[in-house]
Amino acid sequence: MSIIPAELKYTKSHEWIKEEDGVFTIGLTDYAQSALGDIVFINLPEEGDEVTAGESFSDVESVKAVSDVFSPVTGAVCAVNEALLDDPAQVNESPYEAWLIKVENVSDTEELLDAEAYEAVVAAEEA
Amino acid sequence: MGSYIPATGEERQKMLEAVGLSSMDDLFSVVPEEVRVKSLNLPEGLSELEVGQKVSGLAARNQQFRSIFRGAGAYRHYIPSIVKTVTSKEEFLTAYTPYQAEISQGVLQSIFEYQTQMCELTGMDVSNASVYDGATAAAEAVFMCQERKRTSVILSGAADPQTIAVVKTYCESRSVPVTVLPVDGCATDLEALKASLGKDTAAVYVQSPNYYGVIEDMDAVVAAAHEVGAKVIMGANPISLGLLKTPGEYGADIAVGEGQPLGMPLAFGGPYLGYMTCKKAMMRKLPGRIVGETTDDQGRRCFVLTLQAREQHIRREKASSNICSNEALCAMTASVYLAAMGPKGLRQVAESSAAHAHYLAGELAKLGFKVRSDKPFFHEFLTDSPVEPEALCAALAQRGILGGLPVDGGILWCCTEMNSKAEIDELVSILGEVCGK
Amino acid sequence: MKLLFERSCPGRGAALLPACDVPAAEFDAALLRDQAPRLPEISEIDLGRHYTELAKQTHGVNDGFYPLGSCTMKYNPRVNEEMAALPGFTQIHPLQPVETVQGCLEVIYESEQLLCEITGMDGMTFQPAAGAHGEYTGLLLIRKYHLSRGDTARTKIIVPDSAHGTNPASAAMAGFQVVSVPSNDQGGVDLDALRKAVGPDTAGLMLTNPNTVGLFDPNILEITKIIHDAGGLCYYDGANLNAIMGHARPGDMGFDCVHINLHKTFSTPHGGGGPGSGPVGCKSFLEAFLPSPRVKKNGETFSFESPEQTMGQVRSFYGNFLVVVRALTYVLTLGKEGIPEASAGAVLNANYLMKKLVGAYDMSYDTQCMHEFVMTLQGLAHDTGVTAMDVAKRLLDFDIHPPTMYFPLIVHEALMVEPTETESPETLDEAAEVFLKILEEAKTDPESLHHAPHDCAIGRPDEVTAARAPVLRYSFGG
Repeated sequence: MSIIPAELKYTKSHEWIKEEDGVFTIGLTDYAQSALGDIVFINLPEEGDEVTAGESFSDVESVKAVSDVFSPVTGAVCAVNEALLDDPAQVNESPYEAWLIKVENVSDTEELLDAEAYEAVVAAEEA
Repeated sequence: MGSYIPATGEERQKMLEAVGLSSMDDLFSVVPEEVRVKSLNLPEGLSELEVGQKVSGLAARNQQFRSIFRGAGAYRHYIPSIVKTVTSKEEFLTAYTPYQAEISQGVLQSIFEYQTQMCELTGMDVSNASVYDGATAAAEAVFMCQERKRTSVILSGAADPQTIAVVKTYCESRSVPVTVLPVDGCATDLEALKASLGKDTAAVYVQSPNYYGVIEDMDAVVAAAHEVGAKVIMGANPISLGLLKTPGEYGADIAVGEGQPLGMPLAFGGPYLGYMTCKKAMMRKLPGRIVGETTDDQGRRCFVLTLQAREQHIRREKASSNICSNEALCAMTASVYLAAMGPKGLRQVAESSAAHAHYLAGELAKLGFKVRSDKPFFHEFLTDSPVEPEALCAALAQRGILGGLPVDGGILWCCTEMNSKAEIDELVSILGEVCGK
Repeated sequence: MKLLFERSCPGRGAALLPACDVPAAEFDAALLRDQAPRLPEISEIDLGRHYTELAKQTHGVNDGFYPLGSCTMKYNPRVNEEMAALPGFTQIHPLQPVETVQGCLEVIYESEQLLCEITGMDGMTFQPAAGAHGEYTGLLLIRKYHLSRGDTARTKIIVPDSAHGTNPASAAMAGFQVVSVPSNDQGGVDLDALRKAVGPDTAGLMLTNPNTVGLFDPNILEITKIIHDAGGLCYYDGANLNAIMGHARPGDMGFDCVHINLHKTFSTPHGGGGPGSGPVGCKSFLEAFLPSPRVKKNGETFSFESPEQTMGQVRSFYGNFLVVVRALTYVLTLGKEGIPEASAGAVLNANYLMKKLVGAYDMSYDTQCMHEFVMTLQGLAHDTGVTAMDVAKRLLDFDIHPPTMYFPLIVHEALMVEPTETESPETLDEAAEVFLKILEEAKTDPESLHHAPHDCAIGRPDEVTAARAPVLRYSFGG
């Protein structure tokens, strides 16, 4: 059973989002990290890059697979969690602390799910 | 007719019965009649004896030169006996790519050793397991340097013309803008380089020693490129690196080159070996297979193909390169060669090649073959020719000597440790006759 | 096993070269490297033993059955090696005057004639050094063709979802966008989906037939017609040519260009990953775009020629020439009867082995196959927890190289088995017994299979650590 904190927002493609003062912090959910298996590398954008809602901004590598990470918002990257470049296992170990990027100047947002709605998404995929 | 099918006619009949078919033809019943081959216009098959005679006959139609003064991208060096012994071992020869690490430790370890040797030779941090040849290595390196806002590439015009041609082909299909710099006295035109560099320059490719044998001013190239944030790809003949300053020491970001001189025969152009090494920061952009060290479930050291998520079989259309098969056995050849030579042997090959080339240049100058550049050169150099170059080479060919390559109205000469003083003196004496001196 | 560097002892080595007989060349110190490369210093006997030890831990075709799907690991005839080692080939400089390399040119010319006949093409280049390199070259032909007609809108290449990863990767390298089309329930191209995918932006289609599940697509003529009607060209990936040599030709199926893998179909060795050779053949209307140079025959002599609208070069010189010598030797040996017989043998062996396993193992498509078949271990994994990976690893204990695992992507828990024609019925019988024995083990002792192999030099390697903290070269320390 994967952990889904009630205070966060989610996407159907398994990203979590936390908004604080117009800054959106984005990471991968517990369900996502578990499905991906041992993460060996994360390709991250650079500060200042533009991200677009619904488009891939990063990809996550396991030994034999690579998966896109989609941005739930359109905006500018204002921080990147560079610690993940050296230690991507943090995403496996504590997915809700190991954020990927922070985005500001958000002009557009995908439809975000609350914890309950996301739980239903996960339940459907697990079935 | 030759055949490598063990099953006899009788056995095949039994196998057909076992699968519920009556004739070999039934095996192809799913193939629509319209596309079935009605007649195949091939010659009758041959026994091993006959095919040996036929193909040996083709080999005999080539002229083998006893003495070779031509390089220009393919070099005749001494190949130690042990190199051929090792690389003809059937286990290495007939194995596939080592995807199954548990039964492929031999190949995997040899690639790891090759990677280490190439890093040592080039002064770089990381090596891949090989690409097709030096020219495609340069093309792949160019793609490694592509960034969103930096796409254009500057090539030295003094690089091997085939490398330039291949890089252009690769860049054209991906719409990567390419500038080829003019040549200034057999070397890269540094002023032109500085003028061409801009904030959209992704990479500069310079070969040293270059096509004309000249050792380029790499310090100036690296300083100029890095000043505008462009990457430097340095092409280098690996033999020269037994002696000369390495791409790593110059501060280049990527080193590439043709590995053929490391134990591979001339072989009419292939199989050869493209080597690629780079700084650690570019590790994940390096294309092709890479072997890494790890441990097995009992903690024993072992080797595996790693960083595979970069590659086409996982990343598909998003992969930076499509390479799958590489030149593994050639990489092993290079590795055995470097191990057999050792640091002193390799230096000896480099020094001897350079010494013989400089001796030849001195002797040729006496006959009026003026060296076109006053810059330092390694084991190749371009001279004027007092006689029409093609005619001169034809005269040498009659004596069993492959002269330098006619290039730009002059002749591009090459020496290696294979060209003894006696051989050079004979060449010079024949040239004296041809030139009427 | 010790590494080369761990066997090194300063001062050791062999006397390989004479002392230099001319004065040393003088170089400015600024041009010289600071320190010698740390290459090993090893006596010849230790060097020989090192590689003998490595060879013992390498499994080649000559070490045992190698049913690696889509890789065609057939026997590599010795005579091919002998021909490729003739000094009349190995000692030839690629830039010798053309009149001194007539034998080499004849090798290329004759190989072109024979392989064009087998594929139904009109012209061929040998410059590509591998299959993926051939794909790239073939796609450049398609690109050049459309551009030569001023048709700049054709930017998309259609690739089935069952394709090898090299197909989409090559298409992207050649500057195309990739459109993936789904497979139908027979593993073939879904015709409706294909019809929907084509349009004025279609540059072409990449397809292998038989496809990656080992089945010949009976709709092949309809498929190529749909592409041609839309103005696109058809590219044949020759990875599976070993199924149909002498029985069906890509050129007759409507393909406009092909690459073939000499290191698969034409018996040249894989060398632990290469060198291969991926010649590209095409119909006459594409010949003008082939890489430069090509070999031409004029009466009794051969020369080089640059095609009128050539794409340029994709590699230096003329490709992996010695690999071509081996393939020519092979085709000449087999000839008119042997070529179709080889393919028939490959298809027979695959069907024979499949028949022995069907019922015990689930086949992804339960029908007569071509040169390979794909099993799905999804049911087994569900029932016992034993995966395709576990079965593959257990095969290693029996000196059998595992089939291709987890490919094609459209089949879950896939094992793709390609026995090739050069295996005897006994080998197939023995392999079938091993497969059945492992199945039995899966049911009785699944736990043990998760830890297979048990009898190899090493157990399963830690690939996660290898990728997370890469160690890619020996560290000398100190």
